[in-house]
Amino acid sequence: MTTGYLLQQLINGLVMGSVYALVAVGFSMIYGIVRLINFAHGDVLMVCAFSAFAVLLVFGLPLWAAVLAVLTVGAILAMLIDLVAFRPQRAAPQVNGFITSLGVAILMQNLAVLLLSGQPRPFNLPTWLRTNLDVLGARMTVLEVVTVGLTLAVLAGLLFFVRRTRLGIAMRATAENPTAARLMGVRVNRAISTAFALGGALAGLAGLLWAGRAGQIDPLMGFVPGLKAFVAAVIGGVGSLAGAVLGGYLLGFAEVFFVGLLPPGYGSFRDAFVFGLLILILLVLPNGLLGRPAEERA
Amino acid sequence: MLRLEGLEVWRGPSAVLHGIDLEVGAGEIVALLGANGAGKSTTLLTVSGLLRPRSGRATLSLDGRTLDLARLPADRIVAAGVAHCPEGRQIFGGLSVEENLRIGAFLRRDGGVSEDLEAMGRLFPILRERRRGLAGQLSGGEQMMLAIARALMSRPRLLLLDEPSLGLAPQMVETIFDVIEDIRARGTTVLLVEQNAAMALEIADRGYVLENGRVTLSGPAAELAGDARLREAYLGLAPAEAAP
Repeated sequence: MTTGYLLQQLINGLVMGSVYALVAVGFSMIYGIVRLINFAHGDVLMVCAFSAFAVLLVFGLPLWAAVLAVLTVGAILAMLIDLVAFRPQRAAPQVNGFITSLGVAILMQNLAVLLLSGQPRPFNLPTWLRTNLDVLGARMTVLEVVTVGLTLAVLAGLLFFVRRTRLGIAMRATAENPTAARLMGVRVNRAISTAFALGGALAGLAGLLWAGRAGQIDPLMGFVPGLKAFVAAVIGGVGSLAGAVLGGYLLGFAEVFFVGLLPPGYGSFRDAFVFGLLILILLVLPNGLLGRPAEERA
Repeated sequence: MLRLEGLEVWRGPSAVLHGIDLEVGAGEIVALLGANGAGKSTTLLTVSGLLRPRSGRATLSLDGRTLDLARLPADRIVAAGVAHCPEGRQIFGGLSVEENLRIGAFLRRDGGVSEDLEAMGRLFPILRERRRGLAGQLSGGEQMMLAIARALMSRPRLLLLDEPSLGLAPQMVETIFDVIEDIRARGTTVLLVEQNAAMALEIADRGYVLENGRVTLSGPAAELAGDARLREAYLGLAPAEAAP
């Protein structure tokens, strides 16, 4: 195995990990504040990918308009889903929200199939994003460089927001104890909406990057990133943002290395290895890498 | 300042408060005494807008304005000058000590927050020492200090204190009660819920005794402290000689 090959795999892992981290961080943030395993999160990504398709390929607008569109659509859609589906049953047992999120996910997928057809559509970003760059002997497209750079910048911004700003501290306080947060004058529903909006915007950005990488979009495309985000969040410790980022990158690297290091015939079984790794990690660290014990969180 | 009239509050399927009348005047310390489950915390939660009365009135009169607490959202009640230091402290254990204090000032837009952080550091030096540490790692007494300081960070006119002595060592209880007197001396009105009636009546001006959701006894603290019925009332025991 040459160093060039190794570097190439590292880059691939970094790119995949970035997209997973973007989705996982929103997933984890939503879980942290309302204890909801939100399986509709991946479908927000799908809707955003279609929005980007409309902006870029139907209306022929420039890339920045697509970025703006996915961020806005993701934020508004996620807030709307919370308002309509999750908020009315906030006091209900946790499992109700989980089942509701499955229902919302299926509804969104079927609506998309109905309205947009189940046929995959080619999704081609502008050619300048698809040109190859030479990075120390390995190849990287401009899109991949942008994916990694944008993800790191966005995640750094998010961590700053959550750790340092007044609203970010209020969000963390709400996640820990909504009743006490209300006594401090925090409008809990507003803090929760903020979490959904941020998570949705990040999923939207991931949708654009994911679609650009895959080269096509379809109504069921949200399932895999949604599931992978769930896994990444669990590996990192659900509710921990830094954990979700770590989990996302770990998952990206694990996938790429299983494909790269296993004998050729085994490549298609990579998900079995990835999920096996998840089980192993959870056996050793039941709360994930950076998660806190459940009784402390509750 | 605070006036509750015929306040009836339900929690789930059952009535907890069966129409209580209570008044707190500006500058007073008023003790609300009673056994577990008598409705003390429910009273405070209704004042801060987390519970809604089924009937009766809860009003706050400040600077010539009268606010209907039963209709105001919780954040507006905090903004109006009511701070609630809840039962069991309920500090944010995963946040740092300083973040806990800052969240106490969440609604304040004036520039005095840093100044008040300093003031809390003088009032409770241990909080200044631990300001970067996680609040969850403080001892029980230190967490109580943090909970009180967090409530004070909103610069309240009325402070609701729910069982500040709960689970603390006697010496710490002394310290906390000294602080409560100090808070009043600075002009903040205090409604103090306590099971430790003797200690509460030492610093209170007046007191109310709640029993099964009804006020069974009220009056000046000195009178209540000498009342033979008080011990029975706040232990929730029916007087032995009471006829059915």
